[in-house]
Amino acid sequence: MNYFVVLTLTGLAAGMVYSALALALVLIWRATRIVNFAQGAMAMSTTYIALAVIQATGNYWIGFVAALVAGLAMGALAERFIVRWVETGPPLNAVILTLGLFLVLEAVVPMIWGAQIRSFPAPFSIAATQVGNTYIALSPFSIFTIAVVLAVMGAMLALFRLTGIGLRMRAAAFAPDMARLLGVRVGRLLTFGWALASMAGALAGMLVAPTLLLYPSNMDAILVYGFTAAVLGGLDSPVGALVGGVGIGLALSYIGGYVGGDLEAIGALVILIAILMLRPQGLFVHAAERRA
Amino acid sequence: MLEVDDLRVAYGGVTALDGVSLRVPDRGITTVLGPNGAGKSTLLRAIAGLVRPLSGRISYAGRSLVGMAPEDVVRTGISMVPEGGGVIRELTVEENLRLARMWRGDGAAGREAQAEVMDLFPALAVRKRQPAHSLSGGERQMLAIGRALVGRADVLLLDEPSLGLAPKLVTLIMQTVRSLCARRGISVLLVEQNARSALSIADDALLLSSGRMVASRKAADLHKEDELWHAYLGY
Amino acid sequence: MRLRGGTLLRNAAIAAVLVVLLAVGLFELDSLNAFVVYQLSSVTYVAIAAAGLTLLTGLNGQLSLGHGALMGIGAYCTAVLLRSYTDLNPAAVMAAAVLTTAAVSVVVGLGAARLRGPYLAGATLGLAVGLPGVAVRFSGFFGGDQGLNVPALSAPDSLSQVPQEVWLAWVGLVPAAITFVLLANLVSTRYGRDFKAIREDEIASALHGIRVARTQVLAFVLSGACAGLAGSLMAYTSNLAAPGSFPLTLSLELLAAIVIGGLGTLPGAVWGALVIVFAPDWIGSLNDALHLPGPVRAELPLALFGAVFVVAMLAFPEGVQGGLVRLWRWRVGRRQAAAARA
Repeated sequence: MNYFVVLTLTGLAAGMVYSALALALVLIWRATRIVNFAQGAMAMSTTYIALAVIQATGNYWIGFVAALVAGLAMGALAERFIVRWVETGPPLNAVILTLGLFLVLEAVVPMIWGAQIRSFPAPFSIAATQVGNTYIALSPFSIFTIAVVLAVMGAMLALFRLTGIGLRMRAAAFAPDMARLLGVRVGRLLTFGWALASMAGALAGMLVAPTLLLYPSNMDAILVYGFTAAVLGGLDSPVGALVGGVGIGLALSYIGGYVGGDLEAIGALVILIAILMLRPQGLFVHAAERRA
Repeated sequence: MLEVDDLRVAYGGVTALDGVSLRVPDRGITTVLGPNGAGKSTLLRAIAGLVRPLSGRISYAGRSLVGMAPEDVVRTGISMVPEGGGVIRELTVEENLRLARMWRGDGAAGREAQAEVMDLFPALAVRKRQPAHSLSGGERQMLAIGRALVGRADVLLLDEPSLGLAPKLVTLIMQTVRSLCARRGISVLLVEQNARSALSIADDALLLSSGRMVASRKAADLHKEDELWHAYLGY
Repeated sequence: MRLRGGTLLRNAAIAAVLVVLLAVGLFELDSLNAFVVYQLSSVTYVAIAAAGLTLLTGLNGQLSLGHGALMGIGAYCTAVLLRSYTDLNPAAVMAAAVLTTAAVSVVVGLGAARLRGPYLAGATLGLAVGLPGVAVRFSGFFGGDQGLNVPALSAPDSLSQVPQEVWLAWVGLVPAAITFVLLANLVSTRYGRDFKAIREDEIASALHGIRVARTQVLAFVLSGACAGLAGSLMAYTSNLAAPGSFPLTLSLELLAAIVIGGLGTLPGAVWGALVIVFAPDWIGSLNDALHLPGPVRAELPLALFGAVFVVAMLAFPEGVQGGLVRLWRWRVGRRQAAAARA
């Protein structure tokens, strides 16, 4: 296939993973105005849990669900018992706290499972899809990746726009004090927001493990790319997370393909700096100041 | 009856309220007047649970409200309309109203209450799917009051509803509050800078200055006390 | 130990005395435990990097997660220079490393000056994760994953009696002393006050005529220069400049050093460096005592650093600086009470 098309398709699939992580960061930012630097490590932990479940049960899908559930639980517990105390203080404290969680997770996981690189099963082939006599540079697993991330994004957007709880979450994000005055239990919604976010992160971890392999620091770069994607789309915008993720996925794919594979991370950094210089609020957020 | 006893509130070393006591009788309108910085808004915020008092008692229907989170204070039937209305700008008119009734459950009674509010304020009905930031100042106040009604509040805490509104609108808002009070038996604690319009609908008047209660009168009587007017209300 | 304001000369004199005392002490210590001496030479360069980060994050409030990568620049500069000019004077090599890293820091600092809070953290995180990749990409020049060897720094003939690890520690002491004296002096000047003022209230600082962006960049450049010097010393001490020596966790360990030591104080940088370097051993002894399994041993230091971050943030809600100010006032109060009683 044409090299450009190959890069585009692989970039698209990778971009979906970045979107999922970006969505996690966006949800947490909207709810609590914190960037969760531990999100990658949390996603890595839930993937390890999934692997244990898969090995115990012999079934990938049970492990998949286990990862998502573990994500929900981890996010809820983190917010309720740890992050809650730094939500109202100086931002530096929250950053250092999430970095602390990052270190703890990246240390505790190898304590339990060891630091060696592990392979991770995939429910569909990760080789190129064969259509008739030609191969498309998109594997069945990649197609699954794209589909599931789009489905999850769609479900989240439906939750926000159409349901009561989504309305309350939006109110709690836009105007927490006023929402309280209207009877909204903002605290519980923040916990729920973190739970959903970590579930999205867990999804990213599951989708990336078959190709990236599983080891304690495998999500470090994904965190950087997800953060870049979130900033590109606008830290307040879930739709921005999707567009940003795809954008970054494509950009890094082209950089890796045309310039050099090891320069992807630096490329992401350059893109991040460029966004922050030119349009710091991101593509999808209006410049108007949000109320705290 | 809403009762406040010897309430003390401070912000970072500055005393905002220094031992304020008051009673808000049921089914009546009590207005709190005073110059800027007197602590009037702080009084409402303390009752609503947004700030924690240093000492003192706040109770309603026999229950103490001190230390309650705002979302729990609402559940006792006390609803605060902050300065400017506090409408959530990014949500639509409808969503603002729906939000206000959600703590009672999202059911039929709530939808009915919402429909009543739309009848009461036709301007809102017209704009129900528009985002709240597109409303004019007067419409926002109506929405804010509408939200409190949809939540079926028994006590309304109103923080300067006339602020920034043209005189005709101020009259309209005040008359609406008066008639709601009469029809639904709501009590109102009304904080105002615009003393005349507040006194036109109030039963009782309280005068606050530098965090202290300096006078407590029937609203009709306050007109006659020129000294107080000059000293505290600047007329 | 607190270096109070005083003239540059006075600080330099104190530092010179300390260096001599420490140098002698290290020589004596070596006959007891050579490994500890080797670790103390690591402390010298970690302390330099930590001092720079103290300036940037502690004083000026700019959080950088990328200083490990900046150390890498200093190390690689050293390695590349020595590859071509093997007999270059170490002082010249270190100066070159400092200048190179400072130059890169100007660029990073300019980008960083407009960023706040989590955005700055994210951008510097990107630097930490991405910069090692550059070394791998241009592996012809930078030696790829294996990195570049750095020849051992040997003592001059007149000091051939001195064991290698003591010599390295001495070599580390001098730049460390110079760095601390210069930084201590800087902190007491207008620049130091400007750094702090910006951290406290940027807008007020600007209104007072402080050129905020320039000052932010200056803080970044100075801290980057320290990191470059530290990286150069690290290359000399470990005889290696490789991507694997500068992972993200190094940047986080530097942050841990200043959080543990005392955010915003130069002596804290030294305490923090001591903890960072010796903690794995202390924890190792703990492991032995408790018979913890292998993987737990290896990861326990990082787990504990992370736990320190979490606990510090939870226990000091007004910020580590606030907590330390409280502690300081309590200590001062006790001292005054003791003095009054005496």
